[in-house]
Amino acid sequence: MAEIVIKNLNKMFGDFTAVNNSNLTIKDGEFFVLLGPSGCGKTTTLRMIAGLELPTRGTIKLANNDVTFLRASQRDIAFVFQLFALYPHMNVSKNIGFPLKIQGIPKSEIKVRVLEVAKMLHLEHLLDLKVSGLSGGDRQRVALGRAIIRRPKAFLMDEPLGALDAEFRELMCFELRKLHNDIDGTTVYVTHDQVEAMAMGDRIGIMNKGVMLQADDPLTIYNKPRTMFVGQFIGSPAMNFLKVNSAVKKGDQTIKINGSIIEMPQAFEDSNTDKNFLGIRPENIEITDAGDIKGKVFGVEYLGAYRIVTVDTELGRLKVRTSSDVHSKINDNIGLNFLPGNIIIYNSDDESAIKSEFMN
Amino acid sequence: MSTNIDTSRSPLEATAFSKRIAAFIVIIYAAIAIIPMLLIVTTAFKSTTDAITYPPKILFKPSLEGVVNLSTQRTRQSKEYLKSLPPPRTWYEKIVRKRQMVIAGPSRFFQRFVNSLVIGFGSTFFSVFLGTLAAYAFSRFKIPLKDDLLFFILSTRMFPPIAAAVPIFLMYRKLGLNDTHLGMIVLYTVVNLSLSVWLLKGFIDEIPKEYEEAALVDGYSRLSAFFKIILPQAATGIAATAIFCLIFSWNEYAFAILLTFREAQTLPPFIPTIIGEGGLDWPAIATATSIFMLPVIVFTIILRKHLLRGITFGAVRK
Repeated sequence: MAEIVIKNLNKMFGDFTAVNNSNLTIKDGEFFVLLGPSGCGKTTTLRMIAGLELPTRGTIKLANNDVTFLRASQRDIAFVFQLFALYPHMNVSKNIGFPLKIQGIPKSEIKVRVLEVAKMLHLEHLLDLKVSGLSGGDRQRVALGRAIIRRPKAFLMDEPLGALDAEFRELMCFELRKLHNDIDGTTVYVTHDQVEAMAMGDRIGIMNKGVMLQADDPLTIYNKPRTMFVGQFIGSPAMNFLKVNSAVKKGDQTIKINGSIIEMPQAFEDSNTDKNFLGIRPENIEITDAGDIKGKVFGVEYLGAYRIVTVDTELGRLKVRTSSDVHSKINDNIGLNFLPGNIIIYNSDDESAIKSEFMN
Repeated sequence: MSTNIDTSRSPLEATAFSKRIAAFIVIIYAAIAIIPMLLIVTTAFKSTTDAITYPPKILFKPSLEGVVNLSTQRTRQSKEYLKSLPPPRTWYEKIVRKRQMVIAGPSRFFQRFVNSLVIGFGSTFFSVFLGTLAAYAFSRFKIPLKDDLLFFILSTRMFPPIAAAVPIFLMYRKLGLNDTHLGMIVLYTVVNLSLSVWLLKGFIDEIPKEYEEAALVDGYSRLSAFFKIILPQAATGIAATAIFCLIFSWNEYAFAILLTFREAQTLPPFIPTIIGEGGLDWPAIATATSIFMLPVIVFTIILRKHLLRGITFGAVRK
C-alpha cells in the first residue's frame, strides 16, 4: 500500500485542458473519492495515476517513486473500470487469475489465490461460469477480485458502481468500503454521485473544469465549501447563494443585503470587489414569523423526515430545509431567520470563500 | 372485438403460419440453388457417354471414368496393340482399356490442386495477418493522416484489379515473379488487403479499449495484451475476413491465366483445359470442379459459427 502524491498535474488534449495544475496527496490507506460533474477531469486524473494517459506537465509519485512516465504495467496498481472490462472469452476464475498469469506464478498457486479471493467476495459458486451470464453485481465482484488478487499498491476505480441498478449500488457501496478496510488498501475512487462520495470517502476531492477545488473530509466539504461550485455541487438541495452589493471589510460581523442587516461570522480579510455572494445551507435558515426576511412560499417538497420549502424573498429565491412539523403552504407569507454561525461570504470574481471566523 | 386473440405470443413475433411460409420459401430457394451443384456432382460420376446424352439422365450407372480421366493422361491405341497387351491389372486400367486407350502417366491436376491450396491459403493467411495488424493500429493508435490512409487503402479496390494487369505482368516479368507461388500469393494478398483492413478495423473498433487497458494495468505489455485479449475477441471477424479472402483468391481466374502457366498454375485456369477426346471431357471437368469446391466448403463449415456472427456484426450489442 502506498501514498500517492500529485504535483502540478496538467493534461492537454490538443487545445483542451482536461486537468489544470492539480495538486493532491492521497494518504496511505485512505479511501479518496474524486468527485465532479462529467468532463471535469476526474477520470483523466485517475487514468494518469494508472499510466493509461501521460501528463502534459507535472509529476505523480507512488510510494515515493516518481512514476509519472512509467508504463501502466510497471506501476503495480489495479484499475476497476465502469463497465468492468471482464474478458468475455474467459470464465470467472480465469478472469480473476489473469493478473497473476503474467507474473509467472505457478498454476497451483494461482488456483489457491483465486479461491481465496473468491471466498472473500462470495464468488466460489460462480468460478466456472462465463462472465457474460453474470448479474451486474457479480460482474462487479469479479472485477474487484481481479483487482485485489495481485495485492497492488493502490486501487483505482472509475465509477465502478455506475452500471449497477440502484438497489445493488447501495449494497456494493457498503461492500466496497468494507473490502477497502479489510485489505487495508489505498483507494482512489471516481464518481459523479455525491451520495456515494459522502458515504464512502475518507476524503473527497472536488474537481471542476480540470481544477482541483477542494480536498477534505466529507464533513468539511459539506459545511465549509471553499468555492461556490463546491457548495452548489454538494448537498441536495444545494447551498443558497444571495447577491450582495456591498464590499466586506476585515473585521465585519454583519452584512447588508437590500436593506436587511444580516449577522455573520467575523471576516478575517477584505473582499476582492464590492460585489459578493452570501452562501447559506438550506438547514441553516429558520422559518419564523419574527424573521427579518419576509417572503412568500413558492413550493413545498415533502421528503419524509424533512421538507424543502422554496421561498421567494426580496433577496431572491431561497430553499429552506425544515422539519416536517412546519406546515407552510404555497403562497403563505412567512419570515425567515438566518442562523449566523455557518454563513460564508464568497468573492464574486473567483468565487472563492472569504476567510472568516468560520472559514479559517 | 374478437376475443380469441392468441395472447401467448408478442404481437411482434411471427405467427406459426408465416413462419411456415418463410420456411417454404427458403427451402424452394435452397432447392433451386443446389441444382447446379447437384448436376456437377452427378456428372462427375457419369460415364463420358452418359454425360452428354440429351435429355440428361437422372438415373444412371455410376462410373469412375471422370476420376480416372482427371488423374491420368492417356493415349489411344490400335485394337491389335491392345490385344497384344497383358490383361489390365487394376480397375482404372480396365476403365481406360474400354475406351481403347492406355495410361501414359499421371495428369497435372493434383499438382495444380496443391498450387491452388498453397496460393489460396497462403494469401489468405497473409491478408488476414497483415490486415489484423494494420486494423489494430488504425483502430487504436493516433496515426497522422489516418483517414487519408484508410481512404487510400480503400481506393485500391475502386478499380477492377484486372485493369492493372498489363503493368503487373510487365513488373512481374522483370522481377521474375511470373509463374511463381510467391508472386501469386503477393498479388492476391495485395488485392485482399484493403477488404481485410476495413473489415477487421470494424471488428476491432467494436472491442472496448478497456479490455486492453485492464490488461495493461494488470502487468501485460501491449503485445501480450494484443495476443491474449484482442485476438480471441476478434476471432469472429478474423474468421469472416479469412473466408472472404479465401473465396477471392481461390476463385480468381483472370490474373491466374495471365501470370501462371506451369509451375504455379491454379485450378481455375487449369480446369477448362481438361479436354477429352472429341470434345470436352465433362465427367473429368465435373470431378475437378467438385474437388475444387471442397476446400472452401470445408473451411466455411469449420468457421460457420463465426461466420454467422461475423456477417451480422454490429447489429446487436452484446
